[in-house]
Amino acid sequence: MSVLDIKNLTVRFATADGEVAAVSDVSLSVGKGECLGIVGESGSGKSQTFLAVLGLLAPNGRATGEVMFGNTNLLAADEKTLNGLRGDKLTMVFQDPMTSLTPHMRVGRQLTEVLIRHRNVNAAAARDQAIAMLRRVQIPEAERRFDMYPFELSGGLRQRVMIAMAMLCGPKLIIADEPTTALDVTVQAQILDLIRRAKDELNTAVILITHDLGVVAGLADRVGVMYAGRLVELGDVRQIFNAPRHPYTKGLLACTPRLDDTTVGTMPTIPGQPPNLQRLPTGCAYHPRCPAVMELCRVERPPLLATPTGSLNACFLENAS
Amino acid sequence: MSAPLLQVRDLKVHFQVRGAGLFAGTQALKAVDGVSFDLAAGETLGIVGESGCGKSTLGRAVLQLLPATAGSVAWLGADLTALDKTALKAQRQHMQIVFQDPLASLDPRMTAGDIIAEPLRNYHPDLSAVERKDRVKQMMDQVGLLPAMVNRYPHEFSGGQCQRIGIARAMILNPKLVVCDEPVSALDVSIRAQVINLLMELQSRFNLSMLFISHDLSVVRHISRRVMVLYLGRVMELADRDSLYAAPRHPYTQALISAVPIADPDKERAKPRVAVNDDLPSPLNPPSGCVFRTRCPKATEICARVSPPLQSAGAGHEVACHHWRD
Amino acid sequence: MTSTNLASPHGAALDSAAEVQGRSLWQDAWRRLRTNRAAVVGLVVLGLIAVAAALGPLFLPWTYDQIDWDHVEALPPDFANGHYFGTDSIGRDLLARTLFGGRISLMVGILATFVALTIGVTVGAVAGYVGGRTDQLLMRFVDLMYSVPLTFFVIILMVVFGRNFILMFLAIGAVEWLTMARIVRGQTLTLRSKEFIEAARASGGSTPAIIFRHILPNVLGVVMVYVTLTIPQVILLESFLSFLGLGIQEPMTSWGMLINDGAAELEINPRTLIIPAAFMTATLFCFNFLGDGLRDALDPKDR
Repeated sequence: MSVLDIKNLTVRFATADGEVAAVSDVSLSVGKGECLGIVGESGSGKSQTFLAVLGLLAPNGRATGEVMFGNTNLLAADEKTLNGLRGDKLTMVFQDPMTSLTPHMRVGRQLTEVLIRHRNVNAAAARDQAIAMLRRVQIPEAERRFDMYPFELSGGLRQRVMIAMAMLCGPKLIIADEPTTALDVTVQAQILDLIRRAKDELNTAVILITHDLGVVAGLADRVGVMYAGRLVELGDVRQIFNAPRHPYTKGLLACTPRLDDTTVGTMPTIPGQPPNLQRLPTGCAYHPRCPAVMELCRVERPPLLATPTGSLNACFLENAS
Repeated sequence: MSAPLLQVRDLKVHFQVRGAGLFAGTQALKAVDGVSFDLAAGETLGIVGESGCGKSTLGRAVLQLLPATAGSVAWLGADLTALDKTALKAQRQHMQIVFQDPLASLDPRMTAGDIIAEPLRNYHPDLSAVERKDRVKQMMDQVGLLPAMVNRYPHEFSGGQCQRIGIARAMILNPKLVVCDEPVSALDVSIRAQVINLLMELQSRFNLSMLFISHDLSVVRHISRRVMVLYLGRVMELADRDSLYAAPRHPYTQALISAVPIADPDKERAKPRVAVNDDLPSPLNPPSGCVFRTRCPKATEICARVSPPLQSAGAGHEVACHHWRD
Repeated sequence: MTSTNLASPHGAALDSAAEVQGRSLWQDAWRRLRTNRAAVVGLVVLGLIAVAAALGPLFLPWTYDQIDWDHVEALPPDFANGHYFGTDSIGRDLLARTLFGGRISLMVGILATFVALTIGVTVGAVAGYVGGRTDQLLMRFVDLMYSVPLTFFVIILMVVFGRNFILMFLAIGAVEWLTMARIVRGQTLTLRSKEFIEAARASGGSTPAIIFRHILPNVLGVVMVYVTLTIPQVILLESFLSFLGLGIQEPMTSWGMLINDGAAELEINPRTLIIPAAFMTATLFCFNFLGDGLRDALDPKDR
């Protein structure tokens, strides 16, 4: 049974130069206790997909399709329903914890407010639960930190607070958008451990959005790769990393420098630039950069189809063989 | 064997920071605190460390873009910190910098051609406009930009292309040293490899020396011959690339390397991790003795008292730790 | 060429010898400004008023200081004798005086603003970029000047140099530059920490070269917006000084003086107030519309 079920989600933005589709026809789902990694470069639509899910699109954005969270279609839900879910059963962790925490409120109050709003507990109980949660995310001296302002905490501690807040009400789904991009590597490793534990201990579903393939490799069970607003490949993490099918996935893996890679000299590259959404190429959006491009790719867009191994892949090469 | 191109000795950069409160005195923030290294012609030294370790400050102090508080930066044997303005300007054409943010490092009101030509205008004012444009177009071609784009403005280029403009500007005077300050951190994964290849290609073609500053250990491994690990303004470890990555001696380097995620699910999940706590001490008030001791799993009583000097731990491998043998 | 493999794959399509023309931020801003109706109307109306003030008096049968001795009284508009807007209380042609007054008002507005611009931008850019003691010195001087009352300052100038038309530009300009200097200094401070300024230093640029090549073009947008807001302010200031008898002298005139004269006759002859006031208000409105439009057009959030 899936926690979140996205069907044919399309997100369009009205801009001065006409309408731009940031996300096109994305369908995916995530189950209990599962971590789905979403990988893509800037402009791939990976963040917009889930901002649409959360109902947090910019005012000029419009989402169509269906996003089922339990029995609620989030795209059709009113603001009150969404507010009831967000921060309770459906929580998020963003890249920059400094901008996601209110600067003028003590950390503790921001945590207890979530509990008081969603769980209807009294202030004393809320405080106890909040401090317990701060301990759980391994914040040293939790009582003292409880009374601090966000700017008094280091980046790593702030992100721990964000994760504590996301876990407070026992969510069904945590959406983490580049949760460690702003952090140093030693801190990143620990934050990822925390997310892993939340997933294992609370059986929470996690959607991990990132551009860092290494982060996904360590945490995700399944991985979706997005390019130019579309899902181009979706499969089990080992399949994606060990036997990628889509040329873009192959290219990304090849051009990611690896710490355990001792080869020197010229690195493999993906030629060209990431696509401009306002002037997408015809056919497969990846075709101008693809080493295996065929005539068909220039005119027709390959559909996302099931492969023999059970993964999904949007490439004519796969479908031909 | 000629003398090294660049010799940095005990370089210190301290900033005076005002304390809290109206009448609080100033405190010294020791951004770089006693760093020494040599750089040979055609060599790349990678400088890694986490945010606040002083790696960017070090790069700028080497170029004299920030005043050094103490120590010396010798360029072909002559101390740059002792030069006057005119002499420094003359030396500066041999050393250039590439910045992290490709768009912010380009003047939005100037065309790509004017941006790349600026160093030429400063150092070769005798060139005619036509000659200058020719050299700019040649350089654009060499960094993989279409020379026809010479009249375009930065906002009309993608991030990767903007970084190529920045590299072209740094290369147009045929410098001997280029400081690359996180040159690929702001770029998309697929563009990163392109820019790294370009830098390596230019380096071998022009026999450049490079200081490659980055927080990304994987990128640094690929591009550097030697690697220096900085923490709170001090050198923790300085070693040949393979020696450092295969057998890191300093607990901090070990923690850093073990924390870098590897894009391979089986390896990533199986690898052991050196745990360090994530409470970075305030650089205004660094720990006594070894600055890393508050986060170090091996710290003992001596670490709080004595600051460990850089000591040899094998050929071309130096480490600043009391316990590197353990 | 070894680097061709690094070139953009779109290269093949675009690789013509012709240089592609870029679109500068100024061109972008101009394009946005043209789509702003209020700003365009403001610009057009301002242009018309300026042309009328500059050239109009040449084509009128009466000059601004000529008294129609046949009618030494306020006449209603009459096309037969060439007083299209009528005359003032001593029989001078109101249209001629309004247009001539516009010439003076606009000239004071533009020239005094230009004086303010030159001093203010120079001081602001130098203080902001050089910083340190220079900055302290220049900015404390600005603070000092702020504390001197304007009328007092003008009176002193008049006493020392005598009454003089040029003095008016200098006096107003000398006061208006203070705010300009502060604005430019603030902008320069934010620019100075930008990487492209550091890049310019690293590529051997001298301080004057950096200020002229990088700082000034980048503060120009903000300065232009401020200029369009300063000109009407100066026009008002001039009318205030003229009202005190410290400005333009009869028979020369400005909108401020005409309004002042007209106000005295409001009950008998409202025409003499309404006509110059309409011109002046229209001008002030247009400047404000234009300033608003410019600010939207130059707003960096769209970049």
